Amino acid sequence: MKNKSKYLAYPYVIWMAIFIVIPLVLVLYYSFTSGNIHDPGSLKFSVESYGKFFDSLYLNIIIKSFWLAFLSTVLCLLFGYPVAFIISRAKMKHRGLLLLFFLVPIWMNFLLRTYAWMAILSPNGFLNRVLEMIGLPTLAIMPGQKAVVLGMVYNFLPFMVLPIYTVLAKIDKNVLEAAMDLGANGLITFVRVILPQTIPGIVSGVTMVFMPAVSTFVISRLLGGGKELLIGNLIEQQFTVHRDWHFGSALSIILMVMILISMAVMSKVDAGNEQGGAALW
Amino acid sequence: MVGKIIKRTYMGLIFLFLYMPILVLIVFSFNESKSRGHWGGFTLKWYGELFRDPDITKALYYTFLVAFLSSLIATVIGTISAIGIHNMGLLGKKVILNVNYLPVLNPDIVTGVALMTLFISMNMRLGFTTMLISHVVFNIPYVILSVLPKLRQMNRHMAEAALDLGATPFYAMRKVIIPEIMPGVITGALMAFTLSVDDFVISFFNTGSGVTNLSIIIFSMARRGIKPSINALSTLMLITVVILLLIINKRSTKGDELIP
Repeated sequence: MKNKSKYLAYPYVIWMAIFIVIPLVLVLYYSFTSGNIHDPGSLKFSVESYGKFFDSLYLNIIIKSFWLAFLSTVLCLLFGYPVAFIISRAKMKHRGLLLLFFLVPIWMNFLLRTYAWMAILSPNGFLNRVLEMIGLPTLAIMPGQKAVVLGMVYNFLPFMVLPIYTVLAKIDKNVLEAAMDLGANGLITFVRVILPQTIPGIVSGVTMVFMPAVSTFVISRLLGGGKELLIGNLIEQQFTVHRDWHFGSALSIILMVMILISMAVMSKVDAGNEQGGAALW
Repeated sequence: MVGKIIKRTYMGLIFLFLYMPILVLIVFSFNESKSRGHWGGFTLKWYGELFRDPDITKALYYTFLVAFLSSLIATVIGTISAIGIHNMGLLGKKVILNVNYLPVLNPDIVTGVALMTLFISMNMRLGFTTMLISHVVFNIPYVILSVLPKLRQMNRHMAEAALDLGATPFYAMRKVIIPEIMPGVITGALMAFTLSVDDFVISFFNTGSGVTNLSIIIFSMARRGIKPSINALSTLMLITVVILLLIINKRSTKGDELIP
């Protein structure tokens, strides 16, 4: 059985080669060439596309993408951790319901959720009409960076809460009681007992928020009003508007490499914590 | 006591933040006036307009057709491949699983443009077929990842016993292995279906010739400004989601997980 049924995986190996490996190789190939993509004979080796990153225009966009994604990740952690904590400490019968209500919005289409914020934040939107009605000055949040960060936090907050909640729910209550019995107050118990145990949850939460945030082009396009370009918008434009596949490919490679590096670093942090958790305190 | 009040207020504010945008959309889907800040009286006309809009009904049709076909194909290929991968040697397993992980780990936009590059290099016209293939490509890894744990939990000797007792390999697979891993297969299929319905980025790059899905149509409408029929669409989608979640929740009290 063992020897024969492994052949069942072989068709998928071919499938993966065609639809996963070759496309990435093509992107890598286009990123290192220049010329007319419709005339394969004209393509020649070039690092021109990578050279463009030193153009301050593009460099600023890349830095801004990482900065806004970082900011949203920090905000998600700041707001999401207490949510996970409160749900995990709720009575057993309330817990499922709280979690369910928390998850309903993410089952709505991602585009609709972002569109909803457009309806609220736009200059003539709901928020400003309400402010006008009660006699307060109107706000000019959208289009702008603030609206983009808000959209990111709104869309990705559950990705931070879920993994942290999963880890928190698993913590043995007896350990907490032991800490209390041994004279630790609430704060010390949290910092020394609970927090270290939730690092794996935080790590996966941070990864799950940062990744989609840094590569989004929808949120920045809709809530940034086309003025707040991020690396995702840059890639999208190269493939749909400018038809500069070489630069678009180079951008994709850069994005992919940066994300894979940060994930490797994050998993190192995670593994390090498991092996030598005591070193933290 | 004070702690309890703080906790409740905090959760209240978070839920307000989560639900306010949705509530605003729902309320304004019944608004006679086209403006978002002004209440012009109750109406159902946007719902009628929604179903008369040929772009939206077409997108709805393609969304569910692609989701159904891609999750079906991905579930079949994924389950068979998972059984194969499970029985492979250590090295082969490791290499395949790592490559299989790529579409999960890579940002959607990279998967999207990479597939588009492939299709155009092969001189394929972007349209229904390319969109379907791209959905199958990103669905299979999730099916494999949800079937593999079930295979690991399964008692290895069961299949061997079936073979010893004279079952053909195909019969053993149908009668012994598949029923054992069924929960994983269903979870994988549901996940594939949801991901496909919700996908925007990968579809955006891999479709053309007038084939769209809901996300694409919402994106292009939102870019041009607000259209009240989108509000009506959101309301209907939210109701569908809530009903689905309630059904899943009912099922989950019987022992399955809430989140796929």
